[in-house]
Amino acid sequence: MLPAAAFLLLFLAYPLGLGVYLSFTDARVGRAGSWVGLENYEFLAGKNPLWDFFAIISNEVVGTKYELTGDPVFWLSVFNTLLYTVVASALKFAIGLYLALLLNRHMPFKAIIRAVVLVPFIVPTVLSAIAFWWIFDTNFSILTWMLRSIGVLGEKEVINYLGDPLNARASVIFANVWRGVPFIAITLLAGLQTVSPSLYEAATIDGASRWQIFRYITYPLLTPIIAVVMTFSVLFTFTDFQLIWVLTRGGPFNSTHLMATLSYQSGILGGRLGDGAAISTAMIPFLLAAIMFSWFGLQRRKWQHGEGND
Amino acid sequence: MASVTIDDVRKSFGVVEVIHGVSIDIEDGEFVVLVGPSGCGKSTLLRMIAGLESITAGALKIGSRIVNNAPAKERDIAMVFQNYALYPHMKVYDNMAFSMKLRKAPKDEIDKRVRAAAEILGLDQLLDRYPRQLSGGQRQRVAMGRAIVRDPQVFLFDEPLSNLDAKLRVAMRTEIKALHQRVGGTTIYVTHDQIEAMTMADKIVVMQGGYVEQIGAPLELYDRPDNMFVAGFIGSPAMNFLRGRVQGGAFITAMDERIPLGAGMGADEGREVVLGVRPEHLTLVGEGQGFGVDVVVTEPTGSEVQIVAKHGAEELIAVFRERHQPAVGERMRVAPDPSQLHLFDGETGRALRA
Ligand SMILES: Nc1ncnc2c1ncn2[C@@H]1O[C@H](COP(=O)(O)OP(=O)(O)OP(=O)(O)O)[C@@H](O)[C@H]1O
Ligand SMILES: [Mg+2]
Repeated sequence: MLPAAAFLLLFLAYPLGLGVYLSFTDARVGRAGSWVGLENYEFLAGKNPLWDFFAIISNEVVGTKYELTGDPVFWLSVFNTLLYTVVASALKFAIGLYLALLLNRHMPFKAIIRAVVLVPFIVPTVLSAIAFWWIFDTNFSILTWMLRSIGVLGEKEVINYLGDPLNARASVIFANVWRGVPFIAITLLAGLQTVSPSLYEAATIDGASRWQIFRYITYPLLTPIIAVVMTFSVLFTFTDFQLIWVLTRGGPFNSTHLMATLSYQSGILGGRLGDGAAISTAMIPFLLAAIMFSWFGLQRRKWQHGEGND
Repeated sequence: MASVTIDDVRKSFGVVEVIHGVSIDIEDGEFVVLVGPSGCGKSTLLRMIAGLESITAGALKIGSRIVNNAPAKERDIAMVFQNYALYPHMKVYDNMAFSMKLRKAPKDEIDKRVRAAAEILGLDQLLDRYPRQLSGGQRQRVAMGRAIVRDPQVFLFDEPLSNLDAKLRVAMRTEIKALHQRVGGTTIYVTHDQIEAMTMADKIVVMQGGYVEQIGAPLELYDRPDNMFVAGFIGSPAMNFLRGRVQGGAFITAMDERIPLGAGMGADEGREVVLGVRPEHLTLVGEGQGFGVDVVVTEPTGSEVQIVAKHGAEELIAVFRERHQPAVGERMRVAPDPSQLHLFDGETGRALRA
């Protein structure tokens, strides 16, 4: 017990603690730095973080030009991270669920198709990111070539996938979705296979249409596993680094900078360890919120486990 | 409520035919039991009636309508599954109300029907529970409640009692029968337990290997089985069979003993036949009567004594109400009631009747 606890403390708590400690110092690479209290946070988040939070959303979504009290790049990275996480997770959920339902049906070559679905998950992220770098290349993109062949794009027209802020955001989200869907699809498929077929038959006889069977039987029975898999998906997406770093390094104009990439850039590349640590530490409340959300979501499933008679 | 007509129905899975032309007429309000050994096609036939399995050939009519291609929801049938198939995420009330909710019935109408069904089945106190909070017998009742609420044309049961312990099974058997008498409704009930079939059915359909062996009222099957399969399947302990031949109006066993045949039991002289005698129709007799057997096992059950004995190489069982206690290996003589004998063709197993 004791060695295990010591081990945990050393390898989990120590780096976390050190990171949080650093965020309260003005440490730089190669220099210990001294305690500065909340100064890093004040610089990043500003005097009125709540105001800044809504201001950046308003600026980005409806194009207002509110002044921020904190660091605009930091707040942009917060916005980007939330956008990236929400949109990518929603898409991954929708596509993953659809694929799982599809794969759960009887069809020829079932095993092979299921294996193929897993491919994006198996390929190392960096490798798939490099592949996407090619796919999103302005001149050599296979997407452009396909759009040209079906006549959506003219012969000489190109799309600047990663050079234009809006395109770049869409492109990195696309890559993240491609990579994340298999995990969700396969996990939900496993969940689907635990649903007894006789429930579907009972519902069919009760007069349910296919949609009603999904809505009233399959989906409710799947919610516990959906909660688990989506919590993980949100955590992974929120903390994503590799894909962005290989594809855009946060550009253009910081439009794809996530908190993780910005933290790395200012902390390691920029040498301002304190700043970088503060950005990373600022991710913790968001992650905790996500975990709490799904945890309470899970709690309410009385039919599933636990005691009690109501 | 409606009649069900099954006319030369066949079912193939791929190239394998598992139901080979089955015809059954089920009257309005009748309680029909499909019985047969495992794998004989009972469930498949039931699932075809429910619309869960397609019909390869033949015609299925519910009422006057051919429903071969009608989807399950249009057939207006209710089914109770072997594993109950209760929706685990719905309370008992919602399990029972589900079909009516789908049909967008008015709320108070649903409430009335669910509570009425719950009262019939003694589920009033359990409506707020989830299925996992119920015992096996209670789940069974909820499954039936779900069927009753529907007020369907036909009730289908697929071995609904096989997950219950012996005592509860007997209790539920009575309950289902009582329920049928109270609620009415055409019922098709599948089981492999012939006692269930005998006690519950208005009409029994005995199946084997995808064929119907015989259809009839319980006592009709018991008294006049059409063939050796039905004779051996219906009744417990099972009917004894002795091989031999007919000579001078009597049956000659393999050990050359004579068993006189009752009046009107026609069989050609010298023909190879099988004699069927139920264990309860054998009585202990003195020297010079009946035929000799060697006792193998004696099993007193309290109300009666079962004796397993051998006549030559053929084993047979006798059941006595008197407390005989013959020793193992003892030779004794038993005689059948001549009016309760059955003769079957030695090759085809068909009943031989005058
Ligand atoms: N989906 C299927 N595909 C292929 N063969 C099947 C299928 N379902 C059933 N069978 C076959 O059809 C035959 C009848 O099966 P069925 O389930 O109707 O038997 P049953 O009489 O209900 O037996 P039990 O008492 O064991 O439930 C069996 O030989 C079985 O192997
Ligand atoms: Mg079966």
